[in-house]
Order: sequence, then C-alpha cells, then structure tokens
Amino acid sequence: MSVRNQPTRADNESTSMLGTSFDSEGQAVGAPRRRLWERRSNRVPWVSIFIVLFVLVLPALFADFITYHDPLRGNLADRLTPPFWMEDGTWTYPLGTDKQGRDVLTRLIYGARISLTVSSVTILIGAVVGSTLGLLAGFFGGWIDRFVSWLIDTFLSLPNVLLALVIVAAIGPSFVTIIAIIAITIWASFARQVRGETLSVRETEYVARAHVAGTPTWRILARHVLPNVANTLIVLATLQVGVVILEESSLSFIGAGIPRPNPSWGVMVADGRDQILISWWISFFPGLCILLVVLSLNLMGDWLRDFLDPKMRQRGRG
Amino acid sequence: MTAQHLDAMVPKPDTAPVLQVEDLRTYLFTSWGTTKAVDGVSFTLKAGETLGIVGESGSGKSMLALSLVRLPPEPAGRIVGGRVVLNGRDLIGLSEKEMRSVRGKEISMILQDPQQSLNPVFSVGNQLEEAIRVHDRDADDEVVRARSLQALKSVHVPAPERRLKNFPHQMSGGMKQRIVGAMAMAYQPQVLIADEPTTALDVTIQAQYLRLLKDLQHRTGVGIIIITHDFGVVAETCDNVAVMYAGRFVEQAPVEEIFDHPRHPYTRALLDSRPKTDLKATRLQSIEGQPPSLTDLPVGCRFAVRCSYAIDKCHDEYPPTTSLAEGHVAACWRSEESPWASG
Repeated sequence: MSVRNQPTRADNESTSMLGTSFDSEGQAVGAPRRRLWERRSNRVPWVSIFIVLFVLVLPALFADFITYHDPLRGNLADRLTPPFWMEDGTWTYPLGTDKQGRDVLTRLIYGARISLTVSSVTILIGAVVGSTLGLLAGFFGGWIDRFVSWLIDTFLSLPNVLLALVIVAAIGPSFVTIIAIIAITIWASFARQVRGETLSVRETEYVARAHVAGTPTWRILARHVLPNVANTLIVLATLQVGVVILEESSLSFIGAGIPRPNPSWGVMVADGRDQILISWWISFFPGLCILLVVLSLNLMGDWLRDFLDPKMRQRGRG
Repeated sequence: MTAQHLDAMVPKPDTAPVLQVEDLRTYLFTSWGTTKAVDGVSFTLKAGETLGIVGESGSGKSMLALSLVRLPPEPAGRIVGGRVVLNGRDLIGLSEKEMRSVRGKEISMILQDPQQSLNPVFSVGNQLEEAIRVHDRDADDEVVRARSLQALKSVHVPAPERRLKNFPHQMSGGMKQRIVGAMAMAYQPQVLIADEPTTALDVTIQAQYLRLLKDLQHRTGVGIIIITHDFGVVAETCDNVAVMYAGRFVEQAPVEEIFDHPRHPYTRALLDSRPKTDLKATRLQSIEGQPPSLTDLPVGCRFAVRCSYAIDKCHDEYPPTTSLAEGHVAACWRSEESPWASG
C-alpha cells in the first residue's frame, strides 16, 4: 500500500511547491483573496490527507472489492512468503504472507476497516457524551460543573491499559468491549476541552447580548456556545483518531483488544513479533501503517487548528 | 454637533412614565461577604426621555442596568428588593419565561463593546434574523428578512443588502455598534438601556452614534437610559441626570441643573474632574481617595470620607433625599447651603 503511494506523494509535493511560489507573489501585491493552498504559513497537508485517504479510508470502505484473498484463512503451503521484490517473492502476495499463509496486504486492508470503525464509533460516542457534559458543566457551573470536573479528573487519571486489561479479563475480548473501553477513556478529554472553551465563551459580550435580548438558554447554547467551540471539537476529534488507532493497536498487541483471527494492525504486529528477524514483513507493514496514519492525522489536526482559527480567516480574507 | 442642535430634534418628553423603579436593591453574595451593588435606587423614566446615569467605576451603574432586565450576574447576584414597573407591570414579580419575552421586546439593552457583541461565526443578517425570531418563533422567512433589512436601514447602514451577508470581522467598530443598535431596536422597545455605548468607539464615531440614538428616540419615542462616566455624553444627549455613588443615587436633576447648580459635593467633584477646554492648561483635578468598599459601608454618608465639606453629622447619619427644585433631588446634609457652589 504505502509503496504504491510513493509517486502520488512526489506529485503532490510539487503541487504544493507551486503553491508556495504563487503565495510569495500574491503576498507582495497584497492580493485580497488568497486560496487555501496559497498560504505559506499554513499550507494544506496534502501528503497527510493522501496517506489517510489511501492507507485508512479507501481500503476500509472498499476492502471487499480490492482484495482477492481471504483475510482470515491462509494457504499453509505458501506460508512465510516474502514481499514481491525479494527472492522467492511473488505478485500473488505483494507484501508477503504470515505464518499461516495469509496475505499481509489483504489483512492490512481489512485491518484498516477495523481501525476506522473502532475510531469513528468511539470518537462519535466520546465526542457526543464528552462535549454534552463539558458544555453543561462550563455553561451552568455550580454543582453540575463540580460533578463533571470530578468525573473528568477521575477518568483521565485511570491508566487506560490497566483498565482495559481488567475489563477484558472480566468479560472477555470482543469488538464491542474494545469500543466500550476506548470510549470510556476518551470522552473525558473532549469534556475537559469543551468545558474550558465554554467557560470563556460564556463570558463573551455576544452571549450577554443574547441574554438581554431574551434568548432562551438552550438556544444560547445551540446558537452561540456550540458553534464557537465547534472548531476545537473538530480539531480534537481529528487528533483523537490517531490516539484511538494507537490505543486499539496497543490493546490488540497485548491481546486485550480485537480478538484473533481478526486482522487488526496491532494484532498483526504482535503475530509477527517472534519472526521479526527472519520474516520481518509480517510486523513491519502494519507497524508502518500505524506510524503513517497516526502521524498524518496529527499533522492534519495541527493544520485544521490553524485553519479554523477565526484570526487566520480574517487574515486570509483581508 | 451641539447640545442645542440635538435638543431641537427631540420632542418634549410626554408625561406618562414608562419605567418606574422603586427602592431597587441588588446584592452580591460572595464568600467575602455581601456586596450592596445597588442599594435602594428609585427613579422614573418617561417616554421619549433620556436619563443619564453617571458615576465612577464600581459605583454600581452596570449592576443597576442588569438588574433592570433582571439579569444580575449568576450565581452571586440577586435582586433582594424593590420594584421595576414597566408600563404598569412589575418585572420583579414575573416568571422567568414571562421575563424573557420582555427582554429585547419591551426593554432592550446595548452593551459596551461592539467588537464582542456579535457572534463571530454567523453573518450579520443571520444574527439580526435570530434577534427578530426570538420573539416571533413562527415568523415567515420573507417577513423576517424584510424586517432585518428595515432594521439596518433604520440605523443608517449604507448598502444594507450587502451588509447582511457580512461577518462581524469584516466591519468597523462603529458599524458593528450600529448593528447592535439595530438588533436592540428591532422590536421598538419602550425602554432602551445603553451601558457605556460609546466607550469603545473613537470620538468622531461617538458623536455620530449618539446622534443616531437621539434620531431613533425621535422616531419611536423610546425612553433611553444612558450609563456613562462621560459628562460630554450627558450634555449632548440627556434630559435628566442621576449621579450614582456606592450603590445609591446621590443626586438627580435636569441636565442644566446638574451643570449649573450641583447640590451634592460628589457631583461638584465629578464636574471639576472633567478636562476643561475653556481655561488655560491646568492639572486635571481628581477626587482624593477611593469609593468605600461595598461590603463594609459606613453608617453615614458614603462620600463623607472623601468630602471636603463634610461635617460631623455626615459621618453619623445617612442624609435623606430632599427635593430642592422642580425635578431636582439630592441626598446631602448641606445641599441647602451648597458651600461648593462658588468653587
């Protein structure tokens, strides 16, 4: 997968370089309207977007159409086949096979599906629960705030992995368990962030104006507070995708996550661990996928944070 | 622009009072003690009349303004007594829901900082429509759009159709303040409270904005309460003036009376500490000392410690509010003799 990406990556780097030269010109004449990609300090992270798209999103969505091996059942006769460019490598298994003769590429693609599902479901739950609690705590203060802040502190101080091990030991690993565990550990960071932002938005003149104009409280929350904390929420969600993928992989690696034989990237890294010196490709490619996707998501999150900053917007539109 | 010029535009206030405030008290209950931010304030406002409330920082002006719409800062602030009668209805007794339908519709407020009074994420048109919809939930889209356009025109915003699509950051401070004014006046309220409406604007825009307020008053007959610490604003816009000190009104009078015959030494001191342009350059006068802590108020007159005319009685007993001339009241033991008049 990642190997195939190389040409695309080079392509788009040259595109963004073109954008830069445009930018310096545009700045010199003080062009009133600069496009997204013409901003020097804040260039769109095309490379990251491509990686996330081609390593995570597209494989996850089209796994059934782009693979021709079974991700769960291998062919023992072809076990430990190396990637195609090595001696004994074949195009049938472009990235080689594992101990049980399962195609690594196929499993990577289905692994992307697991990563994407786990991260989107947990982040949806975490963001909805966390931001609702954070919004209420920040806006109303008083005992609600004290209670929610106490919950946040408690959950942030729990050691995730230990908590996961305890739960898994008690009820056994499953897809639902892992989602529940991760959702439990990430809602608090949403709640904390949203609460903090709400505290400052609550004190603004436009919220005061809405009050004196007779706006009902729920409407102030929906119209004035939520849209003004939405930027933070979007950035945080993007950054958290990386965190969740990493957490799911770690849990799967230690056996407390996605149950075998499902092809989670973390499971794959763990499976190749004892072969790492001879059949390095079993662990290497899923590890590379985790690295690239998590790094790209972080870069995207950083860029989004700058891009959604109203002050940047002001500068951009002059 | 001169005061005379503006006076000519405004009809003589008619006699019916739209707003009657009696002995209003708002206290802040904090862990340091009870702060008597508004401590027994009474006044009346007639339709088409402008009342100026002057006082230094911390005198309770803004707290008074918020109390009039029953929004003292939560959770510490509470209105503990008094009546706020708007068109014969006591607002203090209303339910929160009834009160919400009064705010913005019958009694509106313009806040200090136009830069911050508009939500940065929505266009101006969107926010104006929202302000109109708050009190008319089922209004027709077309009607709402027409009304918001009308509201922008009423505050003389050039190219209003285009402005509706603009975001707050694309506008100047003066323009934003006009839009905030348009939102406040969208329902033609009977009372408009403007809390230091010109503080954040520069001087040329200030005059324009005050003129706009008078113009709106002329057209709609709204009673305006202007909260300020600027006697220039008072002279240009107000019919009556109330001087506030440590949570109470110490003097209330028609505007010329305040300037010509101040009957309270605090008013005198405030007037003296204005920069003067008609004299040769002199040092700016200031009032010595600090206002008393509102948590620990003296028994006697609250200004006594800073007053150069104070007598023993001033420290022992709070002076009653006495009527000195038509519409002129002051709370000072020595207002009859006014020894400061010559100074």
